[in-house]
Amino acid sequence: MTLKVTRRQFFKLGAVGMATSSMAMMGFAPEPALASIRQFKLTGAKITRSNCTYCSVGCGVLLYSRGDGAINSIDSIYHVEGDPDHPVSRGSLCPKGAGLLDYIQSESRLKYPQVREPGTDEWKRISWDDALTRIARHMKDDRDANFVDQDAEGNTVNHWTTTGMLAASASTNETAYLTQKIVRSLGMVVLDNQARV
Amino acid sequence: MAGLAPTFGRGAMTNHWVDIRNADLILVMGGNAAEAHPVGFRWVMEAKEHNDARLIVVDPRFNRTAAVADYYAEIRTGTDIAFLGGLISYLIETDQIHHEYVRAYTDASLIVREDFGFEDGLFTGYDAENGEYDKETWRYEYDDEGYALRDDTLTHPRCVFQLMRVHFSRYTPDVVSSVCGTPRDKLQHVWDMVAATVVNDKTMTILYALGWTQHSIGSQIIRTAAMLQLLLGNMGMRGGGVNALRGHSNIQGLTDLGLLSDLLPGYMSLPEADEQDYEAYILDRSRPDLLPGEVSYWRYYERFHVSLMKAWFGDAATEANNWCYDWLPKLSETLYDVLHTFERMSHGDINGYICQGFNPLAAFPHKAKTTAALSRLKYLVVIDPLRTETAEFWKNHGEFNDVNTAEIGTEVFRLPTTAFAEEDGSIVNSSRWLQWFWAAAPPPGEAIPDTAILAGIFLRMQQMYRDEGGAFSDALLNLSWPYRYPAEPSANELAREYNGWALEDVVDEQRNIVCRAGEQVEDFGMLRADGSTASGCWIFAGCWTNEGNQMIRRDNSDPYGVGQTLGWAWSWPANRRILYNRASARPDGTPWAERKAVVWWNGNRWVGNDVPDFPVESAPTEAQGPFIMNQTGRGQFFARDRMVEGPFPEHYEPFETPIANNPMHPNNPLAKNNPGARVFEQDRANFGSFEEFPHAATTYRLTEHFHYWTMHNRLNAIAQPEKFVEIGETLANELGIVKGDRVRVSSKRGHIEAVAVVTKRIRPLQVAGRTVHQIGIPIHWGYLGETKRAHLTNTLTPSVGDANTQTPEFKSFLVRVDKL
Repeated sequence: MTLKVTRRQFFKLGAVGMATSSMAMMGFAPEPALASIRQFKLTGAKITRSNCTYCSVGCGVLLYSRGDGAINSIDSIYHVEGDPDHPVSRGSLCPKGAGLLDYIQSESRLKYPQVREPGTDEWKRISWDDALTRIARHMKDDRDANFVDQDAEGNTVNHWTTTGMLAASASTNETAYLTQKIVRSLGMVVLDNQARV
Repeated sequence: MAGLAPTFGRGAMTNHWVDIRNADLILVMGGNAAEAHPVGFRWVMEAKEHNDARLIVVDPRFNRTAAVADYYAEIRTGTDIAFLGGLISYLIETDQIHHEYVRAYTDASLIVREDFGFEDGLFTGYDAENGEYDKETWRYEYDDEGYALRDDTLTHPRCVFQLMRVHFSRYTPDVVSSVCGTPRDKLQHVWDMVAATVVNDKTMTILYALGWTQHSIGSQIIRTAAMLQLLLGNMGMRGGGVNALRGHSNIQGLTDLGLLSDLLPGYMSLPEADEQDYEAYILDRSRPDLLPGEVSYWRYYERFHVSLMKAWFGDAATEANNWCYDWLPKLSETLYDVLHTFERMSHGDINGYICQGFNPLAAFPHKAKTTAALSRLKYLVVIDPLRTETAEFWKNHGEFNDVNTAEIGTEVFRLPTTAFAEEDGSIVNSSRWLQWFWAAAPPPGEAIPDTAILAGIFLRMQQMYRDEGGAFSDALLNLSWPYRYPAEPSANELAREYNGWALEDVVDEQRNIVCRAGEQVEDFGMLRADGSTASGCWIFAGCWTNEGNQMIRRDNSDPYGVGQTLGWAWSWPANRRILYNRASARPDGTPWAERKAVVWWNGNRWVGNDVPDFPVESAPTEAQGPFIMNQTGRGQFFARDRMVEGPFPEHYEPFETPIANNPMHPNNPLAKNNPGARVFEQDRANFGSFEEFPHAATTYRLTEHFHYWTMHNRLNAIAQPEKFVEIGETLANELGIVKGDRVRVSSKRGHIEAVAVVTKRIRPLQVAGRTVHQIGIPIHWGYLGETKRAHLTNTLTPSVGDANTQTPEFKSFLVRVDKL
């Protein structure tokens, strides 16, 4: 192994003192640089403030993404670290949080709407419009067939119990609020979230 | 949470992460914070290092929290009520309770009806045939004006204090040791450490998580802890509290927004089927004070309810139609919880199901039942950023998911959604902080946000109803949809809506305008019941004001040096950080101790290092109680009719118990398990006995993994690649198992296979004259993703829930272990 040190680095190292002097004595002499110093990887990254999506501590995280801002460039996240300003986490992340980048970039991320037709053994890619229209059709048909406006005692109940929903534990408040609003307007009562389990 | 609200008034973590550093004693029980909440746990270490605090861990396993504890005591899973009940009795009998706090801030002095009683494990009013209580006798005695009678000397034989004393007197150290398997000397050591926090200037905080909720008696375990903290005067104080460490990043928010079968946003509730009259519905929930002059804040229920209806239905909600009361779905069952739902699904009574970021095949008990139930659906919609086992429940994965694909007729849609890094919005952490975050990059492929998926389905249904007509459609056709791009409601628009705004000028009692039409409301005090305000979630009012989004605030300064960063994000309610903080001061308004002070009375108003959780101008002479959501203004030792299985906690055995009967009531089979629990017939048939499955098992998390998500991440897969179970050394020796052997763990409901970790961390316990071994089973791993393929842990777990919440009993069940 040869250790290549540019003149400029050599003088910087010189400030360290003894160790460098002895390195020079061992024969490491400065050589001309063939390339510049490697740039800091995060230079030029866009930093976005976020929160870890796993447990309920809510650690602050910084997402580093790059795209050059040109109109046809797409940002891509390539580094995640703790937010040192966050009063709870103060820059720390646990092994789960430290792996957030691998979650964002996981091979298991879904990319397209798909359907598995009854009895078949495969996923079929479909368009968003097809997916949402077919789902809306199923829901309307089931709702029309099973909606209860009055129960056996003659009480007005206006509920629908044959389609249900589980809401996400890591979705935003805004998603949750919209879910609640829509679900109740449809009369749905079979609704739970992860807090139940 | 169902244990906290009946005691303190709200079901949420009472203090916050950073405040843990102010504690003198930290009791971690029913949780493993070092492992499950590692970064929050740093504040425990901070308390140990800089506040000379001690840490106690009581757990079936010597876990990673125990590894840094000052004291560890082992306990049999599911026996925490006995442990804490014995502690309560010890405190009372040795007179180590905070007398002034108990007298002024709790219901100890209130007198209970004469016909209330408890005998051989059952409270009065039990209907054995239906497994239900008539709670009529679980009430205070009232005077002619409807106020509870009291005896401030606490000597009346029917005052709450005396009833509690008698109730827990059966939990002697010997009895507790026999039930819990905790050696007597360890029991006593923990109890003495806890008792030392009874003084004014010392506080204990209790940290718990799913290790308490996931039992058939979970809510009552939490209530026992809450009662303990009231007796010691540790509520409302710095470094005190009962701190529910939520499991997921926004479970708190989803609960706050009412995404549970019976709830509406802000802990309001849907009407029952027989609540046909709007005024009666409101009256029932506008709880009046039970002691004269108490705040009893739920008295304003109608303001929050009408504001919600205005947010949802806009101009269609009028006084004349009772603000669209008939449009709200009404409940014919107490809960349409997930156990109830999958029971119905298994009978073919449910046709469609939508799983949004939720993986029930992996997350619900008794996988075989879940599979059978999903197979009966007509359609299943899975909205998720990741592949999940649920979306592929129909796919044969060999021994891990051995299904007959061709026979499964369910149509399954799998819709890709954004992950946290690709969307704007807020989540609520365990400390009730609403923190806003921003999208950093676009999602992969064609993934879109959940809001766009929901809007896409809803708007299509709306159009179909316009075109075709159909079942009752007034509510869905009139749903307020004030979004600039209807197919993509933005996070900002939705957040402004749940905060709320004035529809007309809002005036106070002196006719001063407090909020002009069109302005955002500043707090829930501005909401009105006359239709002049709209607010989608009253407890969030204040998070998005005329000054803008308060959730994005990033001032981390701590001017009082006590860990209260009031300028960081926004905390519900009203940016208060420590709940019930009025109780940090004496009845006369001065702090119990300077080093524990939160708010105090300055002669004119309440001030301090936090936003007072109290009317700021209510002078101490008015003697209003600090638990402002409760009708008594006080912390409730006596839960009245708010708990299913009794106003005081009582130990009942897990539904799968490793011993023959409940040692507290050996001769009453009705009191063996929780008498208020709901058990479906097919689930009861699937309970195993200790003769066949002799070992107590419990499930838990690891620090390297999060549920069934991180097995899709390379880094986490490298850190913990393969499924294992923990077996104590003694049992392993008996079974001839050595470290690294593969074992089969079976329950009545199925089996899993895993690598055996033989450990000293789980010791055999002596319980009711029998040796009980406990098996530790991490919940992680499955057959998708980057880790080694494995069975899902919930193949093993029983389908029975807590009597109040129906949270499944994942933490106590029976298994057998065989070497492979």
